[in-house]
Amino acid sequence: MRDVAVISFAQETADKDRERNEVEFIIPVVQEAVRASGLARHDIGFTISGSCDYLSGGPFTFVQGLDAAGAWPPVKESHVEMDAAWALYEAWVAIQAGEVDSALIYGFGKSSLTDVHQVFNLQNDPYTVAPLWPSTVSLAALQASALLAGSDVTERDLAEVAARSRRDSLDNPYAIVGEDVDADTLLARPLTYAPLRDADVAPVTDGSAAIVIAADDLARELCERPAWIRGIDHRIDAPHIGTRDLTTCVSARRAGEEAGALQGGFDIAELHAQFSHDELILRDVLGLDGATINPSGGALGANPLMASGLIRIGEVARRISAGDAGRGLAHATQGACLQQNLVCVMEGE
Amino acid sequence: MGAVRTAVIGVGQTRHVSARHDVSMAGLVREAAVEALEDAGMGFDDIDAVVVGKAPDTFEGVIMPELYLADALGAVGKPLLRVHTAGSVGGSTAIVAAKLVMAGIHKRVLTVSFEKQSESNATWGLSVQMPFSAPLVAGAGGYFAPLIRAYIARSGAPEYIGHLVSVKDRLAALRNPRAQLHLPDIDLKTVQESLLLWAPLRLLDVCPSSDGAMAMVIGAEDVADAAPNPAAWIHGTAMRSEPTMFAGRDQVNPQAGKDCAADVYQQAGITNPREDFDCAEVYVPFSWYEPMWLENLGFCAEGDGWKLTEAGATAPDGDIPWNPSGGVLSSNPIGASGMIRFGEAAQQVRERAGDYQVALKTGKALGHAYGGGSQFFSMWVVGRDKPA
Amino acid sequence: MATTEPLIEHHVLEYPGGYTRSLGTALSRYLTGLRAGRIVGVRTVDGRVMVPPTEYDPETGADLDEYVEVGPAGVVEAWTWVAEPVAGKHHLTKPFAFALVRPDGADIPMVHVVDVASPDDMSVGMRVMPRWAPERVGYVTDLNAWVPEGDAADGSAGGGVDRQGAGGGVDHQAEPVTGITVPIRLEYEINAGRASSKYLRGMAEGKLIGQKAVGSDAVYLPPRGSDPTTGAPTEIEVEVSQIGTVTTFCITNIAGLSESAPEVPYIAAQILLDGANTPYLGLVQGIAVDDCRMGLRVKAVWDENLRPDARCLKWFEPNGEPDAAYDTYREYA
Repeated sequence: MRDVAVISFAQETADKDRERNEVEFIIPVVQEAVRASGLARHDIGFTISGSCDYLSGGPFTFVQGLDAAGAWPPVKESHVEMDAAWALYEAWVAIQAGEVDSALIYGFGKSSLTDVHQVFNLQNDPYTVAPLWPSTVSLAALQASALLAGSDVTERDLAEVAARSRRDSLDNPYAIVGEDVDADTLLARPLTYAPLRDADVAPVTDGSAAIVIAADDLARELCERPAWIRGIDHRIDAPHIGTRDLTTCVSARRAGEEAGALQGGFDIAELHAQFSHDELILRDVLGLDGATINPSGGALGANPLMASGLIRIGEVARRISAGDAGRGLAHATQGACLQQNLVCVMEGE
Repeated sequence: MGAVRTAVIGVGQTRHVSARHDVSMAGLVREAAVEALEDAGMGFDDIDAVVVGKAPDTFEGVIMPELYLADALGAVGKPLLRVHTAGSVGGSTAIVAAKLVMAGIHKRVLTVSFEKQSESNATWGLSVQMPFSAPLVAGAGGYFAPLIRAYIARSGAPEYIGHLVSVKDRLAALRNPRAQLHLPDIDLKTVQESLLLWAPLRLLDVCPSSDGAMAMVIGAEDVADAAPNPAAWIHGTAMRSEPTMFAGRDQVNPQAGKDCAADVYQQAGITNPREDFDCAEVYVPFSWYEPMWLENLGFCAEGDGWKLTEAGATAPDGDIPWNPSGGVLSSNPIGASGMIRFGEAAQQVRERAGDYQVALKTGKALGHAYGGGSQFFSMWVVGRDKPA
Repeated sequence: MATTEPLIEHHVLEYPGGYTRSLGTALSRYLTGLRAGRIVGVRTVDGRVMVPPTEYDPETGADLDEYVEVGPAGVVEAWTWVAEPVAGKHHLTKPFAFALVRPDGADIPMVHVVDVASPDDMSVGMRVMPRWAPERVGYVTDLNAWVPEGDAADGSAGGGVDRQGAGGGVDHQAEPVTGITVPIRLEYEINAGRASSKYLRGMAEGKLIGQKAVGSDAVYLPPRGSDPTTGAPTEIEVEVSQIGTVTTFCITNIAGLSESAPEVPYIAAQILLDGANTPYLGLVQGIAVDDCRMGLRVKAVWDENLRPDARCLKWFEPNGEPDAAYDTYREYA
């Protein structure tokens, strides 16, 4: 395996941005990630994005996205209809195949254009589940219900996660909800989606992110302290949530195992936990004792779909490159109730 | 190319029809997947990872349908990727799957692409009118027909050239039991008399709308050596994209297509594609795209593509058969169409193309797909023999 | 209207009539069963009974074909409350619960709804019975809702009066269900974005305003906010001419391709406006379709009601100038 590192990262988020369209969220992050990488745009070997047509309400969202990223002379390019963390995985594969030495990855989406929690019901079985229209929050709440009933997790544990995330979000300029709050205060608030409260649910967020990765000596040359990807893997569980043990997450654990995460020793972890209980499940299966969890505030502070998983990777890499962490874990997820999970383990030199 | 020699060791596809009323989406993709696995002598348990491709999710009204298909494709507990690069997606998906093996990450990868266009309809799916955009007034054919007119003006090609392709590919499809369109009585006259849709394109110059799926099993060298059926060795893969529109863009003969071909030929040691390939499966959704891509892919000099078509060079019995399977003009489940090209090229070098098998001389074939506004390209070269 | 107010338009994404889904074996059994007031599951490879059934094992993908009738009663394994049902999506109109309900005889629970008055009536472990829809059509909502076991005393719990023809485990009602139609109507509030807003505000004044990037001579129209070759922001506004050249075109004979399309046959063209470097895709009117040609010089024709909307540039028509020489636009055709 070639050594591959994250060498630059940029993000943009907003709470229901009414001025910029989806594509206009891409322009600044690509410009900044490319600038910070030290590579010229046309010297980056591979370009790949992650987006979802159903956020923008029409087909081929990524086509205009490529125009925003710049693609002349013609580029080696691909696109996944997935969170851009998986685009980074495909870019990493292209580097491992020896085809290129560097890649630009970007993800973008405006979740605020529609009722995204309802719309993403269309990820479910189109015959027996989608016609009932459970929202992504309703399905997550079923998982929370199963977790509370089937483990020693309590509502207070959820509130502690939510409170810490909201406090940490105060220090993150890209977080859109931040609040100096404790668990008791949150527990006094209404059960909006029993057993979940508003603070347990990631906010609807518009945004984008871009990352440049590079291999071997190129990364060393361009970046003082690259965030080396020591392991990256992703796995998926069955779609029908009834077939799964909802108190745990088999695919996240397997991805962690394959990515070399289970030996622990992490200083930080950024988990794409879109609900408070997601973090509790993921911490348990990934063995993150001693690590600072979601110092950015995590997805509970800002969750621009299609970019949010990539942002987790960027947030870990940023801290490693700054010398604030030596070893970190980033996680991305998509699908109902943590169906599909990606784990990326990064270290400094 | 990556360190690991890589081959197609299993191919499966459904019969392509305008509407498969007898299966769910899961049932459709499983038909192709199971056939590919059987060809490779494997079951789902043997597969390390699954790569799924399809065109826009709005066609079926399912967001990221691979999530719902994870168990149907035996992907539970495994890595599952979803590629979407517009019309080129079937080809791109196969390339992503191949790279997982070339890079040494996995040994056996199942790749599947599909479209079940009868869940909605392609005209609607391709032309959702978005606010603030200039009105879409003419559909997909209305986008490409002007480019065809520009090609005709440039090349001086006679107007019947496109119709010759329409006849040739439909007659070829008669030997392919999976093809959707079987038009035994088609001739130049029936094409010329078919409804003029987007002048200069007539109804029979245009691809159909299909339900269908394509699947392949891609294996590492040691796996391919032990496979029960012949392998199609991957000698090169390439993808290129360019923006939809920019100052000075050649929309008729796009640079991205030329660059993509040059890259894949260089990897595969192709110096004269017309001589070095036994056949090509090329994405031709509108008849005129055969002469246009003949030029773009370097099978002849610029301006001469139509002459090859006219001379019959691209017919099944010509010196360089194009689309002996009947091509996109005979079956078009959009998200799968590119992978069908890649898979049909593989079947030819495996000598498993049945009644539309071409004679092998060099033992190499080209698979090609494109999409968007002629801006996304994916290609591979497969061969009977292992790459050097 | 303040010129800085964002341009926002309501957008509906809906396939007219709904998606037509064919079912295949397992789903056909399931929905035919629901229509008859029965719940059909399938036995998985490891011997568990799963509902709804699939043709394949949830863990291994292996073929499954041992169908098993389960229920009718069941137990709630997890639940959440929906305080505000969404009209046109949720089939229940007053607040309800989503739940994982495991019918008796099944090992794997299903996602469905429970109809109770308040979340206080819900608990993990509660016993429930199906309430069948009075008219059943072979859809997942034929099982209208699960209700607490005690509440099902109206007789509907066992299929009851609505379960005609279901006796003896045989569905005598018509043919099996082989397909369903699923309406999906999604609504969006789309904002134009900065570049398009400037362009559309120009249109409201009858002007065509393109953009170019710093260090580039290329003028993009319509502008997207960046130079697609480099990705650099395009922030320099340039008004382009309303006169241009038809670089290429087609004659469309298909009626009803869009709301904006005129009567067939009509001309859809690429028009290179003087001063722009990208072609504009538009209609050409005011000329017989057979007389249209590459190189034709045309001018923009506007709607009387100018507004920030791309549709107010109605079409182009010949302006009487001599045709442009091929070499002047060849690189655009």
